Amino acid sequence: MAESPILQVTQLSKTFGGVQAVMNVSFELARGQILGIIGPNGSGKTTLVNLISGFVKPDKGSVLFKGRNITGLQPHKIANLGLTRTFQVMRPYHSLSAFKNLIVPLNSPRVKRSAAGRLGDMDAVAIDILEEVGFERDARVPYKAAGSLPLGYLKRLELGRCMALQPELIICDEVFSGLSMSEITSLIPLIERLRMEGITLMMIEHRLRELFRLTDRVVVLTFGQKIAEGTPDEVMSNQMVKEAYLGTETKV
Amino acid sequence: MKATRRKKRLDRSIKVRCEGLYALSSWSEMAYLLAPRLLLILGLLLIPFFVDLYWQRVLCSAGIYALLALSFDFLAGYVGLVCLGGALFIGTGGYFAGLLNHYSHLPLFVTIPIATVAGAAFSTLVLIPCLRLRGIYFAIISFMLPLFAVYIIIALNVFGGTEGISALDTFPSIHLELYLILAAVLLALFAIRRLVNEDMGIILRGVKDNDQAVRASGISITAYKIRAVFIAALVGCFGGAYLSHLYGWLGISLFAMDFSILPIAATVMGGMGSLVGPVLGAFILTPMSEALRGFGQLRVVLYCFILIAFMVYKPEGIMNYLERKYHQFEKWEEV
Repeated sequence: MAESPILQVTQLSKTFGGVQAVMNVSFELARGQILGIIGPNGSGKTTLVNLISGFVKPDKGSVLFKGRNITGLQPHKIANLGLTRTFQVMRPYHSLSAFKNLIVPLNSPRVKRSAAGRLGDMDAVAIDILEEVGFERDARVPYKAAGSLPLGYLKRLELGRCMALQPELIICDEVFSGLSMSEITSLIPLIERLRMEGITLMMIEHRLRELFRLTDRVVVLTFGQKIAEGTPDEVMSNQMVKEAYLGTETKV
Repeated sequence: MKATRRKKRLDRSIKVRCEGLYALSSWSEMAYLLAPRLLLILGLLLIPFFVDLYWQRVLCSAGIYALLALSFDFLAGYVGLVCLGGALFIGTGGYFAGLLNHYSHLPLFVTIPIATVAGAAFSTLVLIPCLRLRGIYFAIISFMLPLFAVYIIIALNVFGGTEGISALDTFPSIHLELYLILAAVLLALFAIRRLVNEDMGIILRGVKDNDQAVRASGISITAYKIRAVFIAALVGCFGGAYLSHLYGWLGISLFAMDFSILPIAATVMGGMGSLVGPVLGAFILTPMSEALRGFGQLRVVLYCFILIAFMVYKPEGIMNYLERKYHQFEKWEEV
């Protein structure tokens, strides 16, 4: 394992007013792996995503992507380097049809530079990507207004938007939340396929059981601090993690 | 008894999958699509033949308001920038054209294009620092910039100060005046309609719906907003340059609030986001405001009543309403 990690987060910190949202968080992510980030509500998971993807500037610490320092870079510049993210709250471009939603990333400098970007017919490329993430081809769904799609499709559309960018690392902010069990089960193969294609994934999740089926390693956050890191089994047997989720035992 | 005929909506038979794509198989279907467009073009081009000189003049200023309404609707409906900078566009366009004509004695067919581009570049430049602002904040700043300009001109007593500069070149004939502005309105209308469905327009609509996702998609929203404001400013500044040559005069009233407010009224009346609607709204509101002149100050009250009535009873606007109804036309077809 001589290859350097694709993502290296060192001592990342951010305060909002007096609230320490993320405090000295460090971890590494190897290429091709799936890393899970878990933690109770308000533990700073989404802030961490915002810090890495450039939407919020960190107070302290650094983020290295492919060995390059991307701390404080603008989100679109980070995206053009191949690091993109999904959003927890699904807000598609609701006035556009589903496949037109993908025209936006397909027009990014990153895709324009690539061989596929020079080929032309963006609409066809967009439809292909939607099929890949599970939209039925030739059905009317890809042509429907994105605002009228059910949540399951919106999550797929969001992943499609990321994939259109031909990314190397996708940060998924709670893709499973709000989905039914069967919808989640149908999303899991898609995520496995992303990994097969060589895309590294970082997944923020509340649905631990489903997450642990996918991840190689897990980082646990509480009150902005990293309290544990390891394989799913290691993490779940960790006493501090149990306390963070269930509270401490006291004699009454 | 089995029915052999049923009703079918006309638009359903020609729409293919999504908005803006049609499959036409007969002349009648083609006519169905073309009729409203031809009606608009011919209507605008033919009206001048049926009215006298006074109303022809009114049509000229209606054309200017139509351009402003178009640029307002483009920014508000497709980019999410509520820009009350109509007066800014008219003012900068007007001053650029007028000053070029006054000091360099360039003819108006040179000053108008230069003023359109230079004025748009200037307006965009002053709006760039505010592009980070959203919603009402951008609206307020864009509304204040023209006032700012007025006070600079008065305080420094430059560009003719409060008096303005008169005796600029005017158009040789009313027909040239009229058809220049009508052609500009039609050109701007169809160009912007085209633009919003091109890739660039798609990205701009993305910025309106969810700018965060656009940034996560590797696209600089500032760069696209600047382009959008420049396009809107081009349309507005042309109106300003044209106006200063229409009256042969430039002055601080080119920065008047009317140019920022009336386009919004026209857009509300015509239908937000339809682009055609605001143009239609301007061509209804401007002549109406002239016709109500007889009522003196009461005119404003009547005017407001009409606007309120529209907002309460037809908030979608004339155009969106007509479009919906037009798409509901049915024909009998054999089963």
